[in-house]
Amino acid sequence: MRMPIGASSWSFTEEDFTALTQVLQRFLFDSNARCALLVDRSGQLVTYAGDRPSFDVTAFATLTAADFSANDQLARLIGESDFNTLFHQGEKESMLLADVARRVILVALFDNRTTLGLVRLKMRAIVDEVGRLVERSLQRSQAANPQRQPLLPDVDDEIDRLFQ
Amino acid sequence: MSMINYASREINCKIVYYGPGLGGKTTNLEHVYKKVSPGTRGKLISLATESERTLFFDFLPVDLGTIRGFKTRFHLYTVPGQVYYNASRKLILKGVDGIVFVADSQMDRLEANQESMQNLYDNMAEYGYDLTRMPFVVQYNKRDLPNAAPLAELQGALNPGWEVTEPARQRLTPDTWHAGENLVEQLPTGEWVERAPYFEAVAVTGDGVFDTLKAVSKLVLKALS
Repeated sequence: MRMPIGASSWSFTEEDFTALTQVLQRFLFDSNARCALLVDRSGQLVTYAGDRPSFDVTAFATLTAADFSANDQLARLIGESDFNTLFHQGEKESMLLADVARRVILVALFDNRTTLGLVRLKMRAIVDEVGRLVERSLQRSQAANPQRQPLLPDVDDEIDRLFQ
Repeated sequence: MSMINYASREINCKIVYYGPGLGGKTTNLEHVYKKVSPGTRGKLISLATESERTLFFDFLPVDLGTIRGFKTRFHLYTVPGQVYYNASRKLILKGVDGIVFVADSQMDRLEANQESMQNLYDNMAEYGYDLTRMPFVVQYNKRDLPNAAPLAELQGALNPGWEVTEPARQRLTPDTWHAGENLVEQLPTGEWVERAPYFEAVAVTGDGVFDTLKAVSKLVLKALS
């Protein structure tokens, strides 16, 4: 059996963006959290909704994925397969992170205008829906990808120019 | 996993610098950080020990330009080189799109290089990735040191070539970075082999750092197109 060449690519469309943003916005409205971010397990920001983060979101996404990866290992050490939610409490700002189908991580940033209990409850309610949307997007990417439909056709010249 | 985000018009790719401890992986990233304008790179994040040895990873996002209206953003990671940090190393490889193997050219580090290369193959295979078929370049660092091994010896030990069995790929492919050399060629025994592109470097002065980064980034984008 031949192994796959490497990690596949994910083609994230406007339609995916709209569908996920609607779910995240509804979650923010219901939970009163400030901001929700979706990060893939390899450390890239997929999208976010709510207050525009004032921090470096690229670094945030990378550290979020690393945080989850490290905690997965900790879980295994104590005989669990993983920890599907993580909570980090700050003096003013806190964050709740949830695994979504082992594909992405949903992060909610919230302050004292709401409670951990409410954020957790509302987050649990959308995890499955976010998972389905992400899975649908990934499956479509993979079905459209290999050989049949190049993602960036005829761009060799442009790539070469980038490196001149 | 590369991500083409049509909503934010970005292409994001992940490149991992791999190799033995103290080989210069972090130094590569530090040089890129110093030389790239602040507008096109993010923060350099280091999860390191107090003695500045990489504990989990270093991370630097860099924008390389625009293709078809998409901003190309590369996420550069290093792994901890020390043998006992394999759990961290393996985690960083998740979703990788391109690999740079930073070898330490010093003669007495040959065994450490080989061990790390084997570890890379093993960790990639555990994720189900075939290193021989994805963007992969080898950098021979510390070429300025008096005890640096000859290039041919390093190539023979670390990048001897893997067999090419598919007839479609059995065609002479020149190494565009080294005149007169080939990446894919037929040996006198009749066997076809392919080697990873290689670069000589002195990461502390920056020599070869950008050549390596450009080569792997280009391979990643071409794999995507």
